[in-house]
Amino acid sequence: MKTFFVVLGASIAFFLTVAMFGTSGWERPPLTTTQNGFRGTGMDQVHTRAEVAEKKDANLAPAPADPAEEGGELAGQTYENVKVLSGLTTNEFNRLMVSMTEWVSPEQGCTYCHNTENMADDSLYQKRVARRMLQMTQHINSDWKAGHVGGAGVTCYTCHRGQPVPANIWFTNPGPNHTSGFVSRNNGQNMAAPSVGLASLPYDTLTEYLADKTIDNNAIRVNATTALPTTKGKPIQDAEKTYGLMIHMSEGLGVNCTFCHNTRAISNWQQSTPQRTTAWHGIRMVRDINGNFMEPLTSTFPKNRLGVLGDVPKVNCTTCHNGQSKPLNGAHVVEAYPELTKTTVAEVTKAPAPDAPATEPPAVPAAPPAPRP
Amino acid sequence: MAYYQNIFTEVQVRPVVPELGVPVDSDKRWGKPFNSYLFGLIGNSQVGPIYIGYLGALSFACGLIAFEIIGLNMWASVNWDPVQFVRQLPWLALEPPRPQYGLKILPPLAEGGWWLIAGFFLTASVLLWWLRLFRRAKALGLGYHVPWAFASAIWLFLVLGFIRPVLMGSWSEAVPFGIFPHLDWTAAFSLRYGNLFYNPFHMLSIVFLYGSTLLFAMHGGTILAVSRFGGEREIDQIVDRGTATERAALFWRWTMGFNATMESVHRWAWWFAVLTTLTGGIGILLTGTVVDNWYLWAVKHGVAPAYPQVYAPIVDPLSQPGGTP
Repeated sequence: MKTFFVVLGASIAFFLTVAMFGTSGWERPPLTTTQNGFRGTGMDQVHTRAEVAEKKDANLAPAPADPAEEGGELAGQTYENVKVLSGLTTNEFNRLMVSMTEWVSPEQGCTYCHNTENMADDSLYQKRVARRMLQMTQHINSDWKAGHVGGAGVTCYTCHRGQPVPANIWFTNPGPNHTSGFVSRNNGQNMAAPSVGLASLPYDTLTEYLADKTIDNNAIRVNATTALPTTKGKPIQDAEKTYGLMIHMSEGLGVNCTFCHNTRAISNWQQSTPQRTTAWHGIRMVRDINGNFMEPLTSTFPKNRLGVLGDVPKVNCTTCHNGQSKPLNGAHVVEAYPELTKTTVAEVTKAPAPDAPATEPPAVPAAPPAPRP
Repeated sequence: MAYYQNIFTEVQVRPVVPELGVPVDSDKRWGKPFNSYLFGLIGNSQVGPIYIGYLGALSFACGLIAFEIIGLNMWASVNWDPVQFVRQLPWLALEPPRPQYGLKILPPLAEGGWWLIAGFFLTASVLLWWLRLFRRAKALGLGYHVPWAFASAIWLFLVLGFIRPVLMGSWSEAVPFGIFPHLDWTAAFSLRYGNLFYNPFHMLSIVFLYGSTLLFAMHGGTILAVSRFGGEREIDQIVDRGTATERAALFWRWTMGFNATMESVHRWAWWFAVLTTLTGGIGILLTGTVVDNWYLWAVKHGVAPAYPQVYAPIVDPLSQPGGTP
């Protein structure tokens, strides 16, 4: 009896130890630490050197294409049905098209968007989406330059990474399909949700905070601004939602809370790092992208590209950042493509292709108003 | 191997006739006592006879009802999928009502009604168990140290789930029933109220909690270390000090200049344990009701230090011109 229990206990301990080593996501030294706050405040980023090197290799920016030959006719005059890039020269236009193919559909080639019989044809939805995405890229690089993307800018590759559909997109998560009746609802939380780092925090916090462009600017803020209660404050459930969003940002950028916050006073701006301001604008930028660029494309996408609720694929912090605080190792990817930093519609363009299909979508919507800074 | 150096209890006393203890007025114990090797490893090897009584039966029934309500709601939340129930069990929860229901006694079952019912039965179970402890202590002619210590824990439980939500005017302020969810709730609670670490009663609670573990280790270690000299007779030695007590006392006087006595160490331990939840409960009770942001409170009262600015001033983008919509 006694021997049996000793053997049983020892083997359980052994297997638990093995399981612990195998499942807990241990990280092997050497570690690298960067300090980003006053000493003693614990404002440090801790990574393993192997992880840093691995991420760096996985996020290499592609080499820009050779510059286009100068001069020549405008693309809007050379080609039919050019709506966004008509102000480029034909050489610049072709260079950008080749680069876009490398960034977005290197395997599928031109035919992913174009009908090669008639390149001006708009019948493929991919082409109509790509046109809007070009406007989006120009919008991000111009209107969000000061607030978020800075000199690095973005190209198609920042999100797409050589894939027609970027790896890190998201859809509204309706949660488990509840049986109705008197069974308790789960308050939109308490599932191991990857969007909040497998915590039991609200799993659809992104829909509220990143997909609603009309949301109140104070929605994320839950802390009282006075020491003592003055008005009825926000419920703890709101704090959980904000917490979920912050976990997403932390995971998406591969940083911890102290990259932006002094965690002794999370809401306090004076003690935060400059990165918090960048992130604040980033949240607005994501709402702008989702609300003004992705959502209007809902009817353009085929059904199989939509989420379970029929919602459009959306972006979040991870879509560009992919686990790094600066996407693509902080490379200034847009420098070689100045046409992506401004509007490039020429005044005079060739008429649309006469043989354009009857189902041609409406003209490209006007660029949205510049967001508030 | 010296028996006092083992993790498990080495001495298992197995009387020929099971121990029944002192005779008491009303003795309604149940079951045939037996000896268990496994129980003997961690305590007395004799199991039973157990006193149930109507308080014990009621408490157990109430506890079972609460357990079932919580468990079945968790299972329902994964569409009665047994695999997902086991897999996601640590994540699942029974949530309190949403804020819009305020202190409504019974909101719809799906909207937190189950939470209130489960909470009622769990509270009833805990309070009945307290009464049971008290009455058993009385029947044996004991002091009431154990029931009062348990009452301190119940105080924290009631503050979290009942008293504070009532003062805040909403059941939504209470804790969900769930393993990870109640931990995430705790983190969100601290975030919402501006960092609980600046709550002085939270500080006290931590001091007593960690102090309890320290005292437990010091006392347990001391007694085991002097048990070869009869130190296990520690209560006798409160007044009749033997060589074990003297050696233990000298050990601590040598190492830290001061020693507890066989009596005082137990008072230390009892008060530290009791004060952990007592001060913790006060800290929770004040949060949101009296203080809305503990960090700002700490700044106001000179508790939180200021650190030098390492970056150019960072301002809230919303407070800048054009920042607000």
